[in-house]
Amino acid sequence: MIPTTYYLALSAILFAIGVLGVLVRRNAIIIFMSIEMMLNAANLAFVAFAREFGSLDGQIIVFFVLTVAAAEVAVGLALIVAIFRSKASIDVDEVSQLRG
Amino acid sequence: MNVQFVLFVALSAIAVVAASGMLLSSSAIYSALFLVINFLVVAIFYLLLGAPFIAMVQVTVYAGAIMVLFLFVIMILGAEKTRQPTHAQRWQQPLSLLLGLVLLVLAGYVIMTHGLGDLPRVLENPTSYGSPAAIGRVLFQSYLLPFELTSLLLLVAMVGAVVLTGVAERRRRRPRPSRRL
Repeated sequence: MIPTTYYLALSAILFAIGVLGVLVRRNAIIIFMSIEMMLNAANLAFVAFAREFGSLDGQIIVFFVLTVAAAEVAVGLALIVAIFRSKASIDVDEVSQLRG
Repeated sequence: MNVQFVLFVALSAIAVVAASGMLLSSSAIYSALFLVINFLVVAIFYLLLGAPFIAMVQVTVYAGAIMVLFLFVIMILGAEKTRQPTHAQRWQQPLSLLLGLVLLVLAGYVIMTHGLGDLPRVLENPTSYGSPAAIGRVLFQSYLLPFELTSLLLLVAMVGAVVLTGVAERRRRRPRPSRRL
């Protein structure tokens, strides 16, 4: 049985890569994918803890996170499509109309 | 133990490489495909962790539905051709690399030093652990209200997506009928 600590370390690495994706990339779709990966890393930690403590609640939480992620992607991609229609670009640096 | 460890190391390597590929590839399509690989590997991890139901949900919802949605949007927008733009702030990239590394080091430090806390552990889970029946029992007994609320959440998200993409469409098309008449 692999120690839960290893899974947590892997989850931390994946989360850090997701954070880097959000910070470094300017393409809104890639930023969204990085957010999905961070959610996924958190899910991995949840499932690992669920096994460690013999409780199913961690897996239930993962189920809810998946649902929220699906809703978030639907709304987020609709927003991206709307932004692309008005600006012909999905570069987050070019969405700066509210800047004073 | 040894076979499992080798499997774990190989799968983690694939997961990290796929994640890095998503981060580094210049084409959004390749990023999406790398992310699919990453999700599938994480689904295998769920199987190893005794969560077959969550693994299947991960494959169908994440690797299936969500990534197909992503690929659709990328192809509709032609966003895979977007150039890697010049950064508005030059200092942004090195700073974000530094901050990401700091986050990783801190997380690793906490995991290594503090461990998993002192809640009671289990050494061996029962065989029914994580099966769809067990999940369903917990979901519909302890978590019935949150479960019903997710249906509301999905409905709101669906209506929101339709409204967000539909309003621009209507505005663009409004002048056309008069011309046709």
